[in-house]
Amino acid sequence: MSALRYAGRALLGALGILAVAGLWEGYKAVGPGDGVVVHGVVVLPRTTDLAMPHVWDMFGKFSEPVNLFAGHQTVGSAVLSGCWFTLRLAATGWVIGVVVGFVLAILMARFRLAESAMLPWIVLSQTVPLIAIAPLVRRWGSQIHIGGWVWSSENSVAVIAAYLAFFPVAVGALRGLRSPDATHLDLLHAYGVGWWRGLVKLRLPASVPYLLPALRLAAASAVIGTVVAEVSIGLRGGIGRMIIEYAQSAGGDPAKPWAPIFGAIGVGLVAAGAVGLIGLLLRPYRRGEAA
Amino acid sequence: MTTELAVQARGLGRVFGARKGRDVVALDDIDLDIAPGEFVSLIGPSGCGKSTLLRIVADLDAPTSGSLSVFGKSAQQARLDQDYGIAFQQAGLLPWRSVAANVGLPLEVHGAGKRERDARVAELLDMVGLTDFARSYPDQLSGGMQQRVAIARALAESPRLLLMDEPFGALDEITRERMQAELVRICGESGAAVLFVTHSIPEAVFLSDRVVVMTPRPGRIVDIVDSRPVGGHRRDDDFRDAAEFFHTVARVRELLHAGPASHAVPAARGVENR
Repeated sequence: MSALRYAGRALLGALGILAVAGLWEGYKAVGPGDGVVVHGVVVLPRTTDLAMPHVWDMFGKFSEPVNLFAGHQTVGSAVLSGCWFTLRLAATGWVIGVVVGFVLAILMARFRLAESAMLPWIVLSQTVPLIAIAPLVRRWGSQIHIGGWVWSSENSVAVIAAYLAFFPVAVGALRGLRSPDATHLDLLHAYGVGWWRGLVKLRLPASVPYLLPALRLAAASAVIGTVVAEVSIGLRGGIGRMIIEYAQSAGGDPAKPWAPIFGAIGVGLVAAGAVGLIGLLLRPYRRGEAA
Repeated sequence: MTTELAVQARGLGRVFGARKGRDVVALDDIDLDIAPGEFVSLIGPSGCGKSTLLRIVADLDAPTSGSLSVFGKSAQQARLDQDYGIAFQQAGLLPWRSVAANVGLPLEVHGAGKRERDARVAELLDMVGLTDFARSYPDQLSGGMQQRVAIARALAESPRLLLMDEPFGALDEITRERMQAELVRICGESGAAVLFVTHSIPEAVFLSDRVVVMTPRPGRIVDIVDSRPVGGHRRDDDFRDAAEFFHTVARVRELLHAGPASHAVPAARGVENR
């Protein structure tokens, strides 16, 4: 792709962000202060500075100090370090989730019995509310002492992120591993190649187009899982806890709670971008199926 | 050359078990011999079991009755010994592999060294006229070129038997005739026996030493027509215009349309007369 088309895309992306900001400010300028109310139901939000701070106030917050006592640290750097903390946990959770999901998918692709036995549980696992399992994971984890190593709350958060991330990988990889044509399978059978060699030569490469969206979904899930787990476990240092903390100052400083929210969005974008890089590396396996 | 038959089938049958005990007889009492180096086509309407027969020879399916030997061995042993090469209607190239890597796939999975593999692949690509496309990917090739790659791949391990299941079925008529001429030349060079499944009567007659005419429900052999060119003809484009070619085509067509006496409906559905 030419540099010009990349530049065009970047411009379109920037315009999209500007459009959202414009919509926000536009409504804030013309909308009624008490919101649009139809038959006593608020259908559009209030436009006061408390409910909808100005876009520039929200972004201006990043360069202001966190509070009067911690003058040395700005909101921006606090959010940044929170993002890094969360991103690290999310990445750990993602890696664990991808490995577990992939192993499950391979087992299910190989053994019908494994699929019948596991797939319903895998689907069921995602219906359990995250806030219900978070304290459980922490309690179980706290019993684990291996040598000098002690289970920490960070480990619990990573496990919960993995719990969300493994699901799309297991389902997507299973579909990908089952995707080769009958002709390809016949061919490998004709060569006298066993299932596990066939996995390497045929099924794994063929699964890549199905795997990449699953990895991206897993990345998004891992970030959400990390943020929610931080909140429900009460782990300090990450963006999740910061969202709760900053929300408490919303009354006096309405722009402040938005800072960690933008940080969380940033973490999600970085995670999705990292998966995009994996997609670039695997490009040879994404060639359109020959007709 | 060994006198051992490439393929020897005796009373071969294949019954697909359907629900409620209504079995489908795909093949019934098939006797067929293929000599080394001989080109034999299977022709018949859809559902006559010609592809099933080929798949049984390839050990991709198992017969429910009768006996089969491939070069005097069981079909399974012949498959494991790589006695045959196979090509399907879909070229079946792996899209993430270059043309050269696709052709070299069977050599690679059977542990041939890199140098040996490269030499053989170069030789094969030269044979099918695709040397310039060694580094291309399947999606960059036309259907005919993809099929040539598939044929090169089938020939990679110099098999004594080539199994081809409608390899030109998805190609246009002009490409198809060119591919047929190519195949005649390639088979002449490799000396392999060929079992060739097709819907097209002219294709079968043009390529084959013998044409096996089959009928459906149950899949049986009606007759075997000798289609070797006589009277000094070679298998080239002139042969397509020769009187004996038309004569043999007419003979095969007659057999197809006659079908089994018990069937009132025309039995030759799905056969191309072009």
